[in-house]
Amino acid sequence: MDFLRPAGWQEALAAKAAHPDAVPLAGGTDLMVELNFDRRRPERLLDLGRIRELYEWETSPDGVRLGASVPFRDLVGPLRARLPGLARAAHTVGSPQIRNRGSVGGNLGTASPAGDAHPALLAAGARVEAASLRGTRMIRVEDFFTGPKRNALAPDELIRAVHVDAARGPQEFAKVGTRNAMVIAVCAFALALHPHARTIRTGIGSAAPTPLRAREAEDFLTGVLDEGGHWEHGRPVPPAAARRFAELAAAACAPLDDVRGSAAYRRHAIKVLARRTLHWTWTAHTSRTGREGEASCA
Amino acid sequence: MRVNLTVNGRPRTADDVWPGESLLYVLRERLGLPGAKNACEQGECGSCTIRLDGDLVCACLVAAGSAEGAEVTTVEGLAEEDARLAPVQRAFIDAGAVQCGFCTPGLLMATDELLARDPHPADADIREALSGNLCRCTGYESILGAVRLAAERAAADRAAAEGGA
Repeated sequence: MDFLRPAGWQEALAAKAAHPDAVPLAGGTDLMVELNFDRRRPERLLDLGRIRELYEWETSPDGVRLGASVPFRDLVGPLRARLPGLARAAHTVGSPQIRNRGSVGGNLGTASPAGDAHPALLAAGARVEAASLRGTRMIRVEDFFTGPKRNALAPDELIRAVHVDAARGPQEFAKVGTRNAMVIAVCAFALALHPHARTIRTGIGSAAPTPLRAREAEDFLTGVLDEGGHWEHGRPVPPAAARRFAELAAAACAPLDDVRGSAAYRRHAIKVLARRTLHWTWTAHTSRTGREGEASCA
Repeated sequence: MRVNLTVNGRPRTADDVWPGESLLYVLRERLGLPGAKNACEQGECGSCTIRLDGDLVCACLVAAGSAEGAEVTTVEGLAEEDARLAPVQRAFIDAGAVQCGFCTPGLLMATDELLARDPHPADADIREALSGNLCRCTGYESILGAVRLAAERAAADRAAAEGGA
């Protein structure tokens, strides 16, 4: 096995072009488990730890360009106000030790259906900046996940950054697990209100082969809010509509039975989380104060 | 491959490191520092917790090659040069927070990091800071007590130092 340790980004892209089989290594919180347990023996590791710009972020009125290796810790901390949904998701990742090393770029690279960042990115609106010696392209996050632990990157591409839209309304993330820390999601749900566009977006985790948006649920609720004049008068979503929204969210799932939970339980839990996050976000929107406090499992 | 790093303030070199090897393996098997424990090897138990360039991390999930040039602190680096126990170590003993002892090094590292960052942690902060460290003797109440005791003693020391100044 070779250990490649490029000193800069161009060198990293050149190494990936020369060795498309090289497995990128950022925080190591996913990959090292596979190496420790002999599940994987790649020919080459491509350690990105020396590339400082991957640990940096830039903000603009449109959103945040989040370097691929920015640890979850920084999302819970300095980026919390700008990216509230992603911050909540980041807060449920592993433990402090894991959040110090794990990153959104790593989450995307692994592309696990249970990755905590994914539902929040789907709900907020995000694009993955993929780079190679051939150039840079932006991949919408909903087009990024192509299968369980598979993504849309070409063999010579690396994730440079993730562009996350600025939050212009309340965002929530809720996750089901057996405790608050060190939990791989049984399932997770994210919801973001986009009042400027009068739309809402969702993200479902760990309840289908890939993370996904519940598009029918989104369209239904967007229609209800629009037709009912809710964006103007701010009245609560009618209970029947909230129930229907939750049912449509559950219908979007294609879950499996596995050691963490049954398919039936996951569908039920997504229904509960969808209704709950709708209540939280709409209440926050109408009171015009963000829900403060600790991220927690639902 | 060769890995050069600073461990507990001393420059160290490990040779013949396999590229997929963890920093934990290097510390324990190549550098003779068995304080960080090897248990789950997947970042779930926290018994291999160390500081890497100041950050609290699970050494089992750090590739040894990624630690080239890094500053590492292990539990062996907490005590004074003359082997006097660090205040957090003393507090764990005095509070009866050490049972079988396997989780203790990781908990000491997490506690040390917490109190350096937040000298007066609320109970919720302590629980969150220690959430990545498992104790299978289930001695958590005494462990929480040890963290509080260490914080109280540090506060008393600071007050005494100010009073004497």
